[in-house]
Amino acid sequence: MTADATPAVRRSARSIVWTRRRRAFARNWKEYRRNREGLIGLVMLAFFAFLALAGPWLVDPETTAVITAPGRPFEPPSSQFWLGTDEFGRPILALLIEGARVSLMVGLIATVFSIVIGTVVGIMAGHFGGWTDTVLMRVSDWLLVLPFLPLAIVLLVILQSSSWLQISPVTAIAIVVGITSWPATARLIRSQTLAVKSRPYLERARALGAGHWHQMSRHILPNVMPLVLANTTLTVAGAVLAETTLSFIGLGDPLRHSWGTTLDGAFGSGAISIGAWWYLIPPGVAIVLVVLAFTWVGHALETVLNPRLQGR
Amino acid sequence: MATQLGQVSSGVGSAPDETAGPTLPTPVKKRFTGGATTVIVRRVLGAIVSLFAVLVFNFFLFRVLPGDPARKLARNRHLSAEQVMELRRSMGLDQPLGQQFLTYLQGLAHGDLGQSFSKHMPVSEYIGDRIWPTVLLVGVSTILSIVFGIWIGIKGAWQRGSAFDRVSNATSLTLYSMPEFWLGIVLLMLLAGNQVGLGLFPTGGMHSVTPPEGVLANALDVAYHLFLPCLTLTLAYLAEFSLVMRSSLLDEMGQDYLTTARAKGLRDLKVRRRHAVPNALLPTTTLIFLHFGFIISGALTVEIVYSWPGLGTASLEALQFPDFNLLQGIFLLFAASTIIFNLVGDLLLGLFDPRVREA
Repeated sequence: MTADATPAVRRSARSIVWTRRRRAFARNWKEYRRNREGLIGLVMLAFFAFLALAGPWLVDPETTAVITAPGRPFEPPSSQFWLGTDEFGRPILALLIEGARVSLMVGLIATVFSIVIGTVVGIMAGHFGGWTDTVLMRVSDWLLVLPFLPLAIVLLVILQSSSWLQISPVTAIAIVVGITSWPATARLIRSQTLAVKSRPYLERARALGAGHWHQMSRHILPNVMPLVLANTTLTVAGAVLAETTLSFIGLGDPLRHSWGTTLDGAFGSGAISIGAWWYLIPPGVAIVLVVLAFTWVGHALETVLNPRLQGR
Repeated sequence: MATQLGQVSSGVGSAPDETAGPTLPTPVKKRFTGGATTVIVRRVLGAIVSLFAVLVFNFFLFRVLPGDPARKLARNRHLSAEQVMELRRSMGLDQPLGQQFLTYLQGLAHGDLGQSFSKHMPVSEYIGDRIWPTVLLVGVSTILSIVFGIWIGIKGAWQRGSAFDRVSNATSLTLYSMPEFWLGIVLLMLLAGNQVGLGLFPTGGMHSVTPPEGVLANALDVAYHLFLPCLTLTLAYLAEFSLVMRSSLLDEMGQDYLTTARAKGLRDLKVRRRHAVPNALLPTTTLIFLHFGFIISGALTVEIVYSWPGLGTASLEALQFPDFNLLQGIFLLFAASTIIFNLVGDLLLGLFDPRVREA
């Protein structure tokens, strides 16, 4: 197939596949590198991922505890506290670093929920067609129509107040955001599945006696995977925003800091009337940067993986 | 919000076929290719089914999932078993589930959403009081954002790649990545705050503490209070409309009929005004109806920031109490209005665009 496959060495199918995958990756990476915004986004994401992972070593838990806070309330930025302090005297920078972990984690878990449900539903609807398709798409259309925030509020309140489900508020937010955001993914995956379904190699697989599971997992899934990947990064952006909004309304975990609960604290403590801009601005900037980074990476991946979009 | 972000990149061009059913050409289904009436009837029926699904969902969510409301009420009081039974009977909880659902539907048909625990008045009455500020705020800012968003989108697409296009595109994307309420907080601090801000506007509410005499003075007072929340929401919605308008005009600009129009000798400006823009306006204007849920979600949090006395602050109060009846009343209203707006958007799109009508 390729020039360097020397005839003397017999190569296993697996090694051929891996060579091909490595090449495809190198080609796509080369394409991706040409996208400036995509690269900036990637660097920004790496930075925030580092903050989230290294948080426990960067921040002493005592500095973000209310009782052992090192500063005085509402101190403006100084050489000791780079971003000032909050109403309890906790350094804002420490809160932000701790918040990165929760915000990103909720975003990622919610995305996993959303992508898994969306992909399964989309592939099933596209592959089986008929009644399955009609029912699944009606349900997802219905969820798509309902206004996100009122729906999420109602679901969260019920989840948190129900006596037979004991889950932490952070997990509850991730579940609710995942449940409310899968329909968009499902629609996308379904249309892609329909496009793949009529290709000759699937007909060949069917002729050779491949079952539904084999067709879906071995032939359709690998083909819709790139799209899933691009969609994932966009979904994380939405999930981070959703977590912020829900935490701001007061549905976040009061015991763990996220950027949303920090903003809630700032708003609730009257930082606006005090003029404590150092408390209000940084969490928002962090959110905007993360969401922008995920969006840029998502768009860049989309242009690489979807040739039709190139040059737009 | 999560879904909307995805749609900007991938779903914008295909907005018309969102609800157009199967996208594959299926020659077998002859019975659905009837006239426009069939399509309208199908859409209306679909909306009714959706509404009914919301009712069932709402009933299960609030009556079945959280467990027995009577026991919940009794938890913090010392009630005997007989008293709890009496409470259950008075709330209709001793009836079978099907009977309870029928009673619930009957109540809804009479506009009865139950009693608000925190406000001590019927939920429907309370919502009636709080709905108008929200309508005012959402209405004014939606109209403003449409006008400016469409203008920016047209200018950007027509001068694609120009400085204006690049700046407006980057601004739109940044605004899009921003939580609406944070934008509100920043504007509030800068323009209304006394410490670091200019102190130009009131920091919240809808009226001054002592409202001025006279209708005109009163209206001006409300407008003065409306300015900042309205500016926030306009900016938040603007990004959506300008991005969609830009991309749908770009789609239109590749079409042959524009080349024909230019070849006929029409001036550039005329081609844009009379040929390209009307066609590109179509998906954008119907999008307003289809994205009504997004519009509501934005308004909820911005109202909280500016303590605007609408349904957003009402839901926050209901949440903190927690007042389940009020909460489900507000949810029902939002869900029903979104479904109705979607139906209107679908029908309008079918009315104006023959390609959708055929689908």
